[in-house]
Amino acid sequence: MNNRQRRVVEFGIERMLFLCAATSVLVTGGIIAVLLFETIAFLREVSIVEFLTGTEWTPLFSEKHFGVLPLVAGTALVSAIAMVVALPAGLLAAIYLSEYAPGRLRRIVKPLLEVLAGVPTVVYGYFALLFVTPLLQQLIPTLSGFNALGPGIVMGIMILPLVSSLSEDALHSVPNGLREGAFALGATRMQATLRVVVPAAFSGISASFILAVSRAIGETMIVAVAAGQQPRLTANPLVPIETMTAYIVQVSLGDTPAGTLEYRTIFAVGMLLFVMTFVLNLISNRLRRRFREEYA
Amino acid sequence: MSDSTPIRVDRSPTLFLERLFGDVALQSVAIIVVVLALTALGALLYDVFSDGWSRLSWQFLTSFPSRRPAEAGIYPALVGTLYLVGLTTILAMPIGVAAAIYLEEYGKGNRLARIIEINIANLAGVPSIIYGLLGLGLFVRTLGFGRSVMAGAGTMALLVLPIVILSTREALRTVPKSMREGSYALGATKWQTIWHQVLPSAMPGVFTGLILSLSRAIGETAPLITIGALTYVPFAPDGIWSPFTVLPIQIFNWLSRPQAAFAENAAAGIIVLLAMLLAMNSVAIILRDRYQRNRA
Repeated sequence: MNNRQRRVVEFGIERMLFLCAATSVLVTGGIIAVLLFETIAFLREVSIVEFLTGTEWTPLFSEKHFGVLPLVAGTALVSAIAMVVALPAGLLAAIYLSEYAPGRLRRIVKPLLEVLAGVPTVVYGYFALLFVTPLLQQLIPTLSGFNALGPGIVMGIMILPLVSSLSEDALHSVPNGLREGAFALGATRMQATLRVVVPAAFSGISASFILAVSRAIGETMIVAVAAGQQPRLTANPLVPIETMTAYIVQVSLGDTPAGTLEYRTIFAVGMLLFVMTFVLNLISNRLRRRFREEYA
Repeated sequence: MSDSTPIRVDRSPTLFLERLFGDVALQSVAIIVVVLALTALGALLYDVFSDGWSRLSWQFLTSFPSRRPAEAGIYPALVGTLYLVGLTTILAMPIGVAAAIYLEEYGKGNRLARIIEINIANLAGVPSIIYGLLGLGLFVRTLGFGRSVMAGAGTMALLVLPIVILSTREALRTVPKSMREGSYALGATKWQTIWHQVLPSAMPGVFTGLILSLSRAIGETAPLITIGALTYVPFAPDGIWSPFTVLPIQIFNWLSRPQAAFAENAAAGIIVLLAMLLAMNSVAIILRDRYQRNRA
């Protein structure tokens, strides 16, 4: 090959690689296009005000109502329970791993915690339905077989490693000088951790918290298996509810023909879900970038 | 100095207690949290194995689903899972690796590459069920793939693409700069350097990342339910255009039935699923260890 040919080949390869990288933008475009297309068709028949503020969700019944709030409430309830479990526990685990645990123990415990994140979600659904809920029923006899409490707790366990590993990264990247300064002023390790290191890592930790919320509202199988299929506007964790994701699964399992209003509801609900998680992820990424700049 | 009044320190009783017990208290709470999380993992595994172990047999692996739980097996789901993973690899790996090469080797300081990077970070946080809606709109409806293995693998490929790209970039980043410079010094072009030096030495890392992304695909359920993978399939797929089911969907299907015997089947299916994941992760860990030893 002479020089000219070589340059042409090099240029061609670079273009091809670029096209592959650009596919990822097409994926985002595809998601938005598909969701938007069906959602607009949906909103032509149902007013956006009814969709976003209605308190009854019965698109599969003969008397149809299209108020998404019960699904949003179900999602918020389960996610809130999951966060009560995952955020404090995840942060404490991160503090332990980053500030207290001896190196060898850390190398054993960390991968074990990460196993929790690798378990398929349908397995967690099994765990919530057939282990955690029956266990809770012995403590709370009024707890229904399908409920928000069991799946919420299990989801918290699932998300814990996400919080602990990202928060640990944040704690870890706080410069040692800050700890040493605190020790030099007479602080104990706990005082240094809670008054210096954790506040210094605050933006990194909150990034992990927000990502955890986003993961919780998008989680599907645990709630599809164990939370029920009854959309209702309630804050009671003991009764069956339905989340946005579980509704999409419910409709997909049935034989709803394309082009019908029922079929379009899952795209409208999906659009809402996409927007919610997208905004949360954006905030989380922004916070993480700012954190990295602080200690780069 | 001698005439200055001595500094008086107020002894706050809470501060005294904090200094005395704070470390022990924080550390104990953190350890309890970590132990509880690992106990949950243990309970999950114990529950699954005690319910499902007795159902596990050669007959269970080679039988078709049945209305009689004792005769039902996972053969079509197992074959479907293998088809899906194989096809997903073929679709996602070349594009993912090529995209990573572009972003890591060519796109530095390029505005367009920066946009693609942010886009990939955001894609990685999109809930999996949204990919299912994309697959439903794009592959099943628009491209007319129907509810086939091809539609499922396409959806899964889009889902794992961001993960493949991110992990491949990590692997490329570990190749030392001196290796590239040595190659350039011998007169190699950029692509020759990448193809003959950088890629071979990053390969174990690339494969580790790929295996981990695929183990994510094996456990995913929600997007496949959304594109309409069947929940009851009495035959094994015989080509990429054939309808199919996968292991997690078979598990979900058994979980949604009231009889306890089907729950046992679900548990046995979970054992098989976890065994597959364990095998894949072991391969990934062995590869990574060998890779790190070669590097050292």
